[in-house]
Amino acid sequence: MYTQALNDRPAAAAVEDADQAERFQARIDAEDRIEANDWMPEAYRRTLVRQISQHAHSEIIGQLPEGNWITRAPSLRRKAALLAKVQDECGHGLYLYAAAETLDASREELMDQLMEGRARYSSIFNYPATTWADIGAIGWLVDGAAIMNQIPLCRCSYGPYARAMIRVCKEESFHQRQGFEIMMTLCNGTVAQKAMAQDALNRWWWPCLMMFGPPDGASQHSDQSTRWKIKRFSNDALRQKFVDATVPQAEYLGLTLPDPALAFDAATGHWTHGEIDWDEFKQVLAGNGPCNRDRIEARRAAHENGEWVRAAAAAFAAKQSQRQAA
Amino acid sequence: MTPTPTVPLWEVFIRSRAGLSHKHVGSLHAADAVLALQAARDVFTRRGEGLSLWVVPSSAIVASDPQEKGMMFEPTASKPYRHPTFYEVPDEVGHM
Repeated sequence: MYTQALNDRPAAAAVEDADQAERFQARIDAEDRIEANDWMPEAYRRTLVRQISQHAHSEIIGQLPEGNWITRAPSLRRKAALLAKVQDECGHGLYLYAAAETLDASREELMDQLMEGRARYSSIFNYPATTWADIGAIGWLVDGAAIMNQIPLCRCSYGPYARAMIRVCKEESFHQRQGFEIMMTLCNGTVAQKAMAQDALNRWWWPCLMMFGPPDGASQHSDQSTRWKIKRFSNDALRQKFVDATVPQAEYLGLTLPDPALAFDAATGHWTHGEIDWDEFKQVLAGNGPCNRDRIEARRAAHENGEWVRAAAAAFAAKQSQRQAA
Repeated sequence: MTPTPTVPLWEVFIRSRAGLSHKHVGSLHAADAVLALQAARDVFTRRGEGLSLWVVPSSAIVASDPQEKGMMFEPTASKPYRHPTFYEVPDEVGHM
């Protein structure tokens, strides 16, 4: 609960009490959950605001590549499902902004950061959805990767984030299944339809592997986040889980993963994949992906075009409260 | 870019089915109560999660201070005689 009565926190002490920090870590180690108004180190708060807001931005920007296909869905059934999925992404963004707000970051400030290009969101949403098969690939792979990443977050040490993730995960499974169904339909269709599915897989596979972030050892925030139990598995461990889960699914579809080095390692029981192009990942994060500028422009345009709605709602609310006071 | 003005925050409670109490599910921003209810319906009840919704301005909630958790709640822990298991009833008396 985000009770403002308790939010007048005294200015953060320059040096935090070592005892308090130790008690805090002891609570984390004991698998206790941290709640909004509990004492927490400033760095824990900052890390969470950054992570939760990036996650929220990803949900909001994630609506764009798919929203683009709502009017062009091949049937009413597909259209209704895609519309519901995009609406879910919007809802997920809102749950997450609300979780970030429990840490004293206002939603409006976070959204402004996104629109001014001061905040990051998942690299994956800077790739275009160029054919209908991309909608299948996004649901199957992008949402599949997101689920791998989000399930452990349901046990994150910060209560409001964990609760938001539980709601998100419950809804996300429909997303992946509807994507896989689209792929299955295309793969059982004409030669051209199957080729379209293969083409989408070729373009989405590597960017999906990048979604899990830099390899272990190269990630800036991992160690402390692991100690704080914000992060439960390493980037590489989650990526491996995703690859192991996806290889048999691609096989079922009769599609080929675009990685000649992909091989099953009988000793470990895992699929090993080829080298990921981390330079591409860095470029996309730096703003040089295929759609970075488009995405931010679309978000800004939606925000600016909605300005009159917000202004009208605020004016009406003010008038009503004036009338009530009179 | 001018900063986006803040819109009031509301807490959302849902009664998931008749016979259960309303439960806190999250919060949202809305200009007034009517819009808050509509947004709560769209954000929190897309899959039959409830039969009744409450929205409450967050600023109307008065909460206990977590810093004073000990003083506030400890006294109940030291009063085991408030629980039925504190009292011994012989087995032959049967269920009580």
